[in-house]
Amino acid sequence: MKLLSPEETRRLTDRILSLSKADECTVNLNGSRTGNIRFARNSVSTAGLVEDTQLAVSVAFGKKQGVATINELDDKSLEKVVRRAEDLARLAPENPEFMPAVAKQNYKATPTFSQKTADIDAGYRAQAAAYTIEACRKKGLTTAGFFTDQTAFSTVANSNGVYGHQASTGLDFTCTVRTEDGRGSGWVKRSAGDAALFDPREAADVAIEKALRSVEAKALEPGRYTVILEPAATSELIGFMLGGFDARQADEGRSFLSKKGGGNRKGEKFFDEQVNIWADPWDKDVGVLPWDGGSMLARERTDVIKNGRVNALDYSLFWAKKQGVRPTAGHGNMIMAGSNKSTAELIAGTKKGVLVTRTWYIRLVDPQTVLLTGLTRDGTFYIENGKIRHPIKNFRFNESPVSMLNNIEEIGKPVIIGGDEVPYQMMIPPMKVRDFNFTSLSDAI
Amino acid sequence: MERRRFLNLSGFAAGSLLVPVMGRAIAAEELLKPVAPALKKQLADVALNAATAAGASYCDVRIGRYLNQFITTRDTRVENIVNTESLGVGVRVISSGAYGFASTNDLSPDAVAGAARQAVAIAKANATLQSEPLRLAPVKGVGEVAWATPVLKDWRGIAIKDKADMLIAANQAALEAGASFMQSSLFQVNQQKYFASTDGSYIDQDIHRLWSPMTATAVDKATGKFRTRESLASPVGLGFEYFDAKPEDKIQAAGGVTTLYRNSIDLLEEARACGRQARDKLTAKSVEPGKYDLVLSPDHLFLTIHESVGHPTELDRVLGYEANYAGTSFATLDKWRTKQFKFGAERVNFFADKTTPGSLGAVGYDDEGVACKRWDIIKDGVLVNYQATRDQAHIIGESASHGCSYADSWNSVQFQRMPNVSLAAGREPLTPDEMVKDVKKGIYILGRGSYSIDQQRYNFQFGGQLFYEIRNGKITGPIEDVAYQANTQEFWNACSAICDQRDWRMGGSFFDGKGQPSQVSAVSHGSSTTRFNGINVINTARKIG
Repeated sequence: MKLLSPEETRRLTDRILSLSKADECTVNLNGSRTGNIRFARNSVSTAGLVEDTQLAVSVAFGKKQGVATINELDDKSLEKVVRRAEDLARLAPENPEFMPAVAKQNYKATPTFSQKTADIDAGYRAQAAAYTIEACRKKGLTTAGFFTDQTAFSTVANSNGVYGHQASTGLDFTCTVRTEDGRGSGWVKRSAGDAALFDPREAADVAIEKALRSVEAKALEPGRYTVILEPAATSELIGFMLGGFDARQADEGRSFLSKKGGGNRKGEKFFDEQVNIWADPWDKDVGVLPWDGGSMLARERTDVIKNGRVNALDYSLFWAKKQGVRPTAGHGNMIMAGSNKSTAELIAGTKKGVLVTRTWYIRLVDPQTVLLTGLTRDGTFYIENGKIRHPIKNFRFNESPVSMLNNIEEIGKPVIIGGDEVPYQMMIPPMKVRDFNFTSLSDAI
Repeated sequence: MERRRFLNLSGFAAGSLLVPVMGRAIAAEELLKPVAPALKKQLADVALNAATAAGASYCDVRIGRYLNQFITTRDTRVENIVNTESLGVGVRVISSGAYGFASTNDLSPDAVAGAARQAVAIAKANATLQSEPLRLAPVKGVGEVAWATPVLKDWRGIAIKDKADMLIAANQAALEAGASFMQSSLFQVNQQKYFASTDGSYIDQDIHRLWSPMTATAVDKATGKFRTRESLASPVGLGFEYFDAKPEDKIQAAGGVTTLYRNSIDLLEEARACGRQARDKLTAKSVEPGKYDLVLSPDHLFLTIHESVGHPTELDRVLGYEANYAGTSFATLDKWRTKQFKFGAERVNFFADKTTPGSLGAVGYDDEGVACKRWDIIKDGVLVNYQATRDQAHIIGESASHGCSYADSWNSVQFQRMPNVSLAAGREPLTPDEMVKDVKKGIYILGRGSYSIDQQRYNFQFGGQLFYEIRNGKITGPIEDVAYQANTQEFWNACSAICDQRDWRMGGSFFDGKGQPSQVSAVSHGSSTTRFNGINVINTARKIG
């Protein structure tokens, strides 16, 4: 697929908007080329390239709205998709919460494109896999992994004069290394917008080292421990919680941020004062599009948690109008402040504790307290007197990220980590946290 | 970075539901136009011939047309109506002993032949990295055959307004019964799948599935407490007649605590129960942690079966192909080879099948053209078999595939996916009420709740929707904040009673994810109400901020 230029998408969106007979029309046009290579049992299992273009047209007659999508862009298809959206809108009941399309926005370009990432080809992907496979074969280890890269463009437009177009790139690499006897397992994840920041050798070596170090794990009694949580151990917990910073849910009394008696807890100190988390579409490492494709509002740099206080909640167009406040664009990234300390330095300053590489299968147990459960995986170690003493068996935890972010002792240097089940690109530091609640042991390796 | 193909239904409205989707939207009148089988056969032959000419020793072609309609509502308003269609061709080949796959949404003979040749080129390239030669279990060609989900009412023919009105009426009923908020959705799926292979099969299938999830939320503003109650109804492989409630499909839960459903649902009654019980949960007593005998209803147990029995007996996980994502399995080949591995108590019998009418997994043939069947996975408590595809059958000494191959789209590669895996009913007559009578200190759990399990499927934790305390053979009242934690093998060995066939019914998972890139599939799990003795229950209530 040829990635469309701003001129080409401008021509297409102008054409679509002129075809619409509805009261208003909004257009989302997205195209992507996604390459991947998957390997397991020290062999490549699948490799592929998926190209796709999606055009979504939303129209409204009064408060009646319809959405249609298509993946062809010839004149006939453009007309067809507009008519389909109009047909659905006519059939739809009125939505009393319908909000008109936003007025013209000022989108300031963000750093989301890297030519080096866009240049990734099948050879590059094969190399990323081959290094890991060969290194594991030599050491008598078994690896499974996945490398994927994407080059994409996004265009938004509406009948009020909104128009935005931007290209983006990204890559993710995950790899699991297991010892032949199945008693050791290590894992690594690397995410980047710019391929210059990715080194498959460095990544694979981390997984290999963790696998080799994790054999002969000893059981530690479940309970509350001081933990050093690597970024992949907390990113999903924090991302999950931040996804719940919705003002409406809180105001309606069905959120951990609801206030007893009504209203929300914006402005209250909810976390340790070391906790600072913000969204910034212009961040140089985890830049995201300058708009949110749903509302089409321009994104802004936003302090979400400031010195432990809930500083900003998300307001949809409807809820903002109802509450008489400004609506907010949905955030695309989350950046947590840290220090310059490495994970090793956090370990060095720990008398007794547990090092967690990664958490997995995280699910919400109680929305009232954002209590989450999940397990440690692929590298859990016992720390004593500043040193990793020995591997330990994996734990199940039942812990709220709110409690976790209240129990912070020390924060390290943030690293880039892509969301797996949460929708943010993130910069998350390793953290030393007291009283982390492990509730049972797992035999899984 | 990792981007899943999800359509965010909140994109243009105020909802917040993510549904896996692809393809282009369709207007209602176009939904019913089928693609002629003759055209599909012609296209399939183009691919088979092109692949063979390019050097493939085997080729299969899947021409897929996937139609979906999603309706989402909140309280008394419809939030979104989305129609999607996806049409295209996927070609898989074996050449030089390795797989190759390519797909196209261009249905011209040239494009389809091109995809076939590209698949052969990819296979030849992959062959250089192949360390284990492919061995496909034989399949006899079946010629031109067809299979369809038996539906009495096709969802595609029901007016959008009628469906939206049905959901809004349900929401209204829940709000009147005590809910502060109510959300309901309707997922409607039609997969028109044409499969052809060089084995001589041309299989035309028309598959239908439905799901109507609902969530009631009750809020007590004075205390700041809120609770939700989700529908206990299951997704099904049935037509829209599922929504015509039949009295014979209604089942009273043990102690009459709520109404449960089999092959049809009374949506209004279930919505009312959602609203009422969400409100009741606000004042239910918090559970005392400790060991309990658990009486698990099929609408709850299906998910425990899915996670602790379905996934660990997937042969690709056992072999390590999913090690980097979903994980591996404790049910290893060496345990299976002993023929003595006690997965569960002797009364525990699990069978796999893709034939049960009304189930999500029911099809005539899998995505390798293998006719579907039923087989044992756990027999008298012992692990006896796995779930296998054609290229895996030889590893477990079988001469034929189990028919477990599935791809979620024409542009996805087919791989091993879970069939329906179900717990056989108890052989002795036993009803849920009789089962409860034998319990001194227990909890009766209904509905799916929070779920989490480790990557080898040892340690799990499950919540639910409704929890009732059992004391000295009687249900004494609702309780809250319940989750149970166990080890899979210990849990199934603690199985102390299974109700008989009268109580047997299926629950299901509509969007089960697996693979990289991730693919979704739908699968059902049947059971009767089942008891487990001495299971560890934790209290999940916490205080924050």
